[in-house]
Amino acid sequence: MFRYIAKRLLAGVITIWFIATATFFAMHAVPGDPLMNDRAVSDEVRRNLEARYGLDKPLGEQYIIFISNMLRGDFGISFTQQNRRVNDIIREHFPVSAILGILAIIIAALGGILWGALTALYRNRLPDILIMLLVILGISVPGFVFAATGQLALVHVNAIFGVKVLPVAGWGTFSHMLMPALVLGLGTMALLTRLMRTSMIDVMGEDYIRTAHAKGLSKQRIFLRHQLRNAILPVVTVLGPQISAITTGGFVVEYVFAIPGLGRYFVQAVQQLDYTVIMGTTVFYGAFLVLMVILVDILYGFIDPRVRVSA
Amino acid sequence: MSIRNVISFLGQQRLWAFFCLIIPIVSQAAVNGETRTITISLTEEPPQLNSMKATDQVSIFVLGHLMEGLVRYDRRGRLVPGVAKSWDVQDLDYTFQLRDDARWSDGKPVTAHDFVFSWRNALDPGTASEYAFILYAVKNGEAINKGERPITDLGIHALDDHTLVVTLERPTAYFLKLCAFASYLPVQEDMVRAKGDRYAADAGDFLMNGPFKLEDWVHGASLRMIKNEHYWDRDNIFLNEINADYITSDTRARLNLFLDDKIAYTSLDGDTYKDALANQLRIRSFITGSVFFLEYNHRDGRLTSNLNLRRAIQYAYDADEMVNKVLATPGNLPGISVFPVWLDGVEGKFRDEYPAPKAERNIVRAREYLARAKEELGGDIPPLILLVGDSPTASKQAEYIQGELLNNLGLDIRIDKQIFKQRLAKMTSGDFDIVGAGWGPDFDDIMTFGDLFASWNLNNRGRYNNPDYDQHVRTAMNSVDTLTRMEAMANAQQILFDDAVVLPQYEQGVIYLLHPKLRGVVRRVTGVDPDFTRARILP
Repeated sequence: MFRYIAKRLLAGVITIWFIATATFFAMHAVPGDPLMNDRAVSDEVRRNLEARYGLDKPLGEQYIIFISNMLRGDFGISFTQQNRRVNDIIREHFPVSAILGILAIIIAALGGILWGALTALYRNRLPDILIMLLVILGISVPGFVFAATGQLALVHVNAIFGVKVLPVAGWGTFSHMLMPALVLGLGTMALLTRLMRTSMIDVMGEDYIRTAHAKGLSKQRIFLRHQLRNAILPVVTVLGPQISAITTGGFVVEYVFAIPGLGRYFVQAVQQLDYTVIMGTTVFYGAFLVLMVILVDILYGFIDPRVRVSA
Repeated sequence: MSIRNVISFLGQQRLWAFFCLIIPIVSQAAVNGETRTITISLTEEPPQLNSMKATDQVSIFVLGHLMEGLVRYDRRGRLVPGVAKSWDVQDLDYTFQLRDDARWSDGKPVTAHDFVFSWRNALDPGTASEYAFILYAVKNGEAINKGERPITDLGIHALDDHTLVVTLERPTAYFLKLCAFASYLPVQEDMVRAKGDRYAADAGDFLMNGPFKLEDWVHGASLRMIKNEHYWDRDNIFLNEINADYITSDTRARLNLFLDDKIAYTSLDGDTYKDALANQLRIRSFITGSVFFLEYNHRDGRLTSNLNLRRAIQYAYDADEMVNKVLATPGNLPGISVFPVWLDGVEGKFRDEYPAPKAERNIVRAREYLARAKEELGGDIPPLILLVGDSPTASKQAEYIQGELLNNLGLDIRIDKQIFKQRLAKMTSGDFDIVGAGWGPDFDDIMTFGDLFASWNLNNRGRYNNPDYDQHVRTAMNSVDTLTRMEAMANAQQILFDDAVVLPQYEQGVIYLLHPKLRGVVRRVTGVDPDFTRARILP
């Protein structure tokens, strides 16, 4: 097990290095630079700005400086917010995205498992057809549509009840998180529902389920101990990438609900060619993704002992 | 579940604690007349609240509420005393008397030294302020910014704590208007030295001398501005608090917040405009002061350096159609001149006194020019590259122009859509034939547009070069006589038309919603906009 984890960690480090290097050179290959702005500046000012950010040095040297700073965990100062460090931006805004993401994942996982199991039990009957219809909607409709409709729904609900049932946007209390988390989790929930349904149907046809029935176990016990536990495995597999997809892909939801998450900075940085923030957020998100995948692999081993053995 | 079970379930304290979390504790309304509080949204987090470096609208908006310069604008757009209670002009020397009761938010007086420090620092090439050029009006400003002179040579001196003498580089008729600009705001030296690179990075990292002070700043989420008890004119400030509780550039989200009575102001775009109409809200409009135009590449060897080709396009284009059919939101004006309608002239408005020449659409004439252009350029005209931004509006406009020029002139236009920085890079290197560009005023004088196409102006990205035009700009720059200046600018306007230097498209308008109980909100083409500092709430 230890060797298994060590191997995965090493592969993870190489992946992160590759992400950082590829992003660094791709970013510098894009025409334009972060120092350009609406108002043209004098050569002197430009030279000083270049010197401050080290852009006056050759690209290879910039890369070496970047890598050595990265190893010390320092991503430098933002170009758009010249008095903020990229580390501070990540530290202040990632927790917001993470809380939102965790809540969304909880909603998505619970919902996905529940609906998936339900559709499998009622296979080809009305509840199954209804839910699967909604699932197709959930997968195919883009997130910003959910976000906009969810928000508009809140406006109407608040207007009908005359009191503020849930806030339309903003951040601060738990009530601010509910709608964005639901919206953010919908796509994943739909995906997990489908996955859970297929896997549940597979499990239901297995011999050991028939054996369980033959043993005279109660339906609930078979459902909880045998069907659900075995069917959940594929769901856990995709959960890892989904967690990072949700925590990193929430920028549309963050825009619409005015949430101070990191996703917004991630996207804006690319638009503004804010070199330091692009590097900081990409490497951070990359590392996060890698870590999640490794964690899920380890978790997998606990749920299914066979994985541990073969590893 | 029996009734008793239900009751005991509901009786659990933990359950109620959970629900209390779900239900918002205090729901802040858009305006509150009792606490004199308003809530607004910002389109983005202010990137730079260090006034010496601020360049963008959001930062200047926030700074406008937190700071005060030597002078400020009142609600009718007139200059009124700010930190300076009076001033005296002799040739190039301005002597400002600062008021004794102007104070920083820590209670210390605002002194002449604070201005000296701030202006010197903004021009210091080491500060690398992008807006340093706006201080070039002050003697030696440009030389200092280029590193040719020490910052102590700047034409600003504190005679004592409350007397400030400024010497100008050349006669500048609009110098006082410049003094209202963000780069001219004072900063307190001790604070800047103490905070270093982190100056103005957080609410506690800078001092304010304006009507409000920044009490709280949660990055990316909210800014809370409360009335500054040290502000000298505090008795005329009605509002106790301005809360910028939402930061999002999504106009639909802001409209929803407005409908939910969460924010007191929001601007609209083409989509949200229709929803606002459907909700029967009162929609207001306002001219932002910016002018949008197609800028030609005048560099040698470019097709668009041919005058007849530019004239052909000039006569094939209809600005009214652009505004009414393509932009199709109220508030925009058809672009006729680079000089917008709101600029002051000698006595009235410049454009009334010196009407801009206008090319009425005339396809026959346009084709004549095109024929001449083809002759000069030697045959058919290869496709022209139209460089535009990546916004939906920019695409719509580009496609319209593409269609017009193809139908009317048979010109082939290739649209090159680029994100902001890449478009700038291509504009600067001259990698385009025509570029969708615009210009917003920095100060409310004609010169903010006047020198745009001067050969020395770095923002002249089409590299237009005409000694006659330059001469008129110099005349206007070096004179304080209004008539001389306006005559010179009228000549410049004529040249811009005759040479078809650019193709004016439209003067930008915004449409917006404002809470009906809120009064005294001022919209401005330059500086703080919208200005809530002296707003009131109706009972």
